[in-house]
Amino acid sequence: MESEAIHYPGACAPDRSRSADVGGLRLAVHEWGAADAPPLLLAHGGFDFARTFDVFAPLLAAGGWRVVSWDQRGHGDSEHAALYNWDADARDALAVLDSTAREPCPFVGHSKGGSVLLHLADACPHRVTRLVNIDGLPSRSRHPDVASHERTKLLAEELAGWLDHRRRAAGLTRKPGTLDELARRRGRMNPRLSHDWLRYLVSVGARHDPDGWRWKIDPALRLGGFGPWRPEWTLQRLPGLPVPVLGLLASVSEPMGWDTTEEILRPHLPPEAEIHTLPETGHFIHIERPGAVADLVLRFLA
Amino acid sequence: MSALRLRHDKVTLALHVLREVPGARALLLLHGRGERSPARVPGTHAGWPGSIFALDFTGHGDSTVPSGGGYTAELMMADADAALARLGAATLVGRGLGAYVALLLAGARPRAVRGAILCDGAGLAGGGPKPVTPSIAAPAELRGGAPDPYALVDLARDVRPPDYATSFVRQASQLSGLERPLSVCAVERPDWLAAVVEEPGVECTSLAEALGHYASLP
Repeated sequence: MESEAIHYPGACAPDRSRSADVGGLRLAVHEWGAADAPPLLLAHGGFDFARTFDVFAPLLAAGGWRVVSWDQRGHGDSEHAALYNWDADARDALAVLDSTAREPCPFVGHSKGGSVLLHLADACPHRVTRLVNIDGLPSRSRHPDVASHERTKLLAEELAGWLDHRRRAAGLTRKPGTLDELARRRGRMNPRLSHDWLRYLVSVGARHDPDGWRWKIDPALRLGGFGPWRPEWTLQRLPGLPVPVLGLLASVSEPMGWDTTEEILRPHLPPEAEIHTLPETGHFIHIERPGAVADLVLRFLA
Repeated sequence: MSALRLRHDKVTLALHVLREVPGARALLLLHGRGERSPARVPGTHAGWPGSIFALDFTGHGDSTVPSGGGYTAELMMADADAALARLGAATLVGRGLGAYVALLLAGARPRAVRGAILCDGAGLAGGGPKPVTPSIAAPAELRGGAPDPYALVDLARDVRPPDYATSFVRQASQLSGLERPLSVCAVERPDWLAAVVEEPGVECTSLAEALGHYASLP
């Protein structure tokens, strides 16, 4: 079924869409701006997709950039993968970059996308000129200060829950609903974003099946999780970065956010780093304040 | 020799039936990084009284080789959990990567894992106790067969912090009801395993003794 056209002020579909291949896995790549403008790599966060940049990316493109983003594996229009990990996301980012340009360019990433690009910058410093991180610097642990036997119980429940989910994952499909139902469901993760915006996201990030709308994201993916990874491993990549860094932080705590503050970051900042905390703003800084964030980014990249 | 096919999300796993003894608790063999299941019961395991199964992990042996990599020890644990779902309860014997996976599963499914035996084998150390300088290497050789070159790359880089490993020992100890949920036969002692053997509920022993011990459990 054809998707329903919904308009949102300032939102523009990508000027070009194409695909990139990583070891046989197909990734959807989306571009805004002139094809011969200097490229900029833009990465979305977990459970998002490139078209959540439909307002923000055109503002960067209007500033003279060829904005290149992609749907991370399992997200948006990219193929659902059998396996997901951090290295694979960074490998995918590099494949998208390789398919775009060989000369170094700026990286801009939100949330998990910010951390993935930080990883890529650390692995391939010769490919990046400047790094913008939009609330993508994790600092909190999942189970702060609980007694160790309690922690053991929490971890045990989390593990059993995840394994039970893996046992059911084959053949799982996302729950269908009306456009408004999907928008309201997403509102639980994005409580500060307007219903009109979330409806717009459904129209570009969900597919319209005969029994209703369904998010395109791989049903095997699940919020939360566990593993050996810890936030300080991301922070420790910061001090040695050889390029100027712009960090933007939220000031309002919300479910998908990381609650990182300037105070936490300060000891980890490289010499040429700029940090801004946006007042009265949640984790989706570039969606709540697209104009202000685009201005900050364009000035930093000028 | 026959193999059962198990579904784990988008992957079909091969669970090889090396010996069938109805009624008795099964032994589940987990291979190392880049290895595959043995074709017959290894001589060292011949004294086990029950059935013996061996699982090929994703990207290994006769299991699906997926596109684009993304391997973690945790996903291999979920592979092994798919075998556990079929077998009900089992005693685990893991080599290398499979030893680490056996530890994870013993902690995550403490009631279903009736003892885990950790042996030397390929990929025992993984990526070490903390992240090193990141490198993004696409495997040079992608010919489509097993073992998946992405598995060889990713499973040589997965970080195994000692305190993460010991949190699984504690779960196994607290929740399995076994006095000795883990037996370590490995001679090599990467950081995670050196920490594991210091925990209560872990016995350093020979494979023969460990198999005998778990065979005698009700």
